[in-house]
Amino acid sequence: MIFDAVRANKRKSWLLIAAFVAMIVALGVVFALIFRLGVVGVVIALVLALLLTWGSYWYSDRIALAMSHAVAADPIEYARLHNLVEGLCIAGGLPKPRVYVIDDPAPNAFATGRNPEHAAIAVTKGLLDKMNRIELEAILAHEISHIRNYDTLVMTLAVTLVGFAALMADFAFRFLWWGGPRHRNDQRAGGGGPQAILAIAGVVLIILVPIVARLMQFALSRRREFLADASGVELTRYPPGMISALEKLRADQTVVHSASKATAHLWIEEPLPTRQGEGHQPRLNRLFSTHPPLEERIAVLREL
Amino acid sequence: MIVILIIVGIVVLAALFLVFRYNGLVSARNRVDQAWSQIDVQLRLRYDLIPNLVETVKGYAAHERQTLEEVVAARQRGVEASGVAEQAGAENQITQALGRLFALSEAYPDLKANTNFLNLQEELSAVEGKIAYARQFYNDAVFSYNTRIQSFPTNVVASLFKFGEREYFETEGEARDPVRVQF
Repeated sequence: MIFDAVRANKRKSWLLIAAFVAMIVALGVVFALIFRLGVVGVVIALVLALLLTWGSYWYSDRIALAMSHAVAADPIEYARLHNLVEGLCIAGGLPKPRVYVIDDPAPNAFATGRNPEHAAIAVTKGLLDKMNRIELEAILAHEISHIRNYDTLVMTLAVTLVGFAALMADFAFRFLWWGGPRHRNDQRAGGGGPQAILAIAGVVLIILVPIVARLMQFALSRRREFLADASGVELTRYPPGMISALEKLRADQTVVHSASKATAHLWIEEPLPTRQGEGHQPRLNRLFSTHPPLEERIAVLREL
Repeated sequence: MIVILIIVGIVVLAALFLVFRYNGLVSARNRVDQAWSQIDVQLRLRYDLIPNLVETVKGYAAHERQTLEEVVAARQRGVEASGVAEQAGAENQITQALGRLFALSEAYPDLKANTNFLNLQEELSAVEGKIAYARQFYNDAVFSYNTRIQSFPTNVVASLFKFGEREYFETEGEARDPVRVQF
């Protein structure tokens, strides 16, 4: 059932976020202790990470729209688009976001904004040409669900945690380098074995944690995509619409010109070219993708 | 001494719980009321679009008088309807009459090419969608509110302050009949 799917996805993403935060907090404690970074070092890393991501979160709508060369959609020329967005906002009890069009033949769409009151939706001309009314509505429902579920906030949180982890690893590495003499003194005092083990463990952590944090960020992104699929269907109450739209996207091979790694997670499907096509990505690639494979999304929707 | 503090603490917590739950119920109930009046807004929009459509069609298919008059009459019944059941019945009649009118337009290529007609067709189609979504949102709001006042422990607060259940919007008998199109 649709509502069960929405609840399950929300629960899984909360678990993921909790695990993510717990891991980062543990990392903070470990680094503070092993590398004697101290509370000050941890706080500096956290504040820096927040500062670096805050701007992109607060102005996420303006940034994303500028990067993709989106133009405000004229309400008369794009009456159908505006009407569909309005209908879905009534269904979701949301204020209407600003609507934009991107001059690109690849069918794709994204939604962004720090909250529903400052949100924007953009669709490519390719999407408008290739989808019929019901499919377009399904895709818009997916995008509006991103806004409704505050996904920009969630992903910014994830990116902040990744940044924090990376900064801590960076600080720890420098301390390791510059704090050398102190360690050697301890070793001469007779604490050789455990110190060495700790140092090795520390280096392993420095290398691994930022990577693992990134993987968790991508896992969270994929979970939110499933949630947006389910929430979108919750709005339209019509799974076949979304299934049909995803199948059309699967068949289409054109690539969005104005996408980049930074904005990849916002689009409805992976905008960057994959090597062998969606369904045949090697395992490792899939861990780093922001969207679940279209095959899987279609299969999940068919279950509803 | 400690016992007194604990008792005071429990009382404060209970009071806070009461306040938060009460406010939550008020908010949920208001959302139901707002959702109900939103349906009305969309219905009025549809009534406003119909006269324009009738005039446009008259320009090309004046002798299809019966169908046009049905649309006008159905609209009038909708505007004057009182009560949920009567309104739902009138709404269904409007949908049927409009369906017949648009089916008619297939026989008039000039009418079909008229941009005003096409725009109105798009707008009416959109309004039908919005009416459906407004009703869906109303039912969602009722579901959320009813679930709250039935669930423990909020049901205690609800019965204390006399929060009553709300009814779902359901289509009555006539509104469930399939649309009949006659040429």
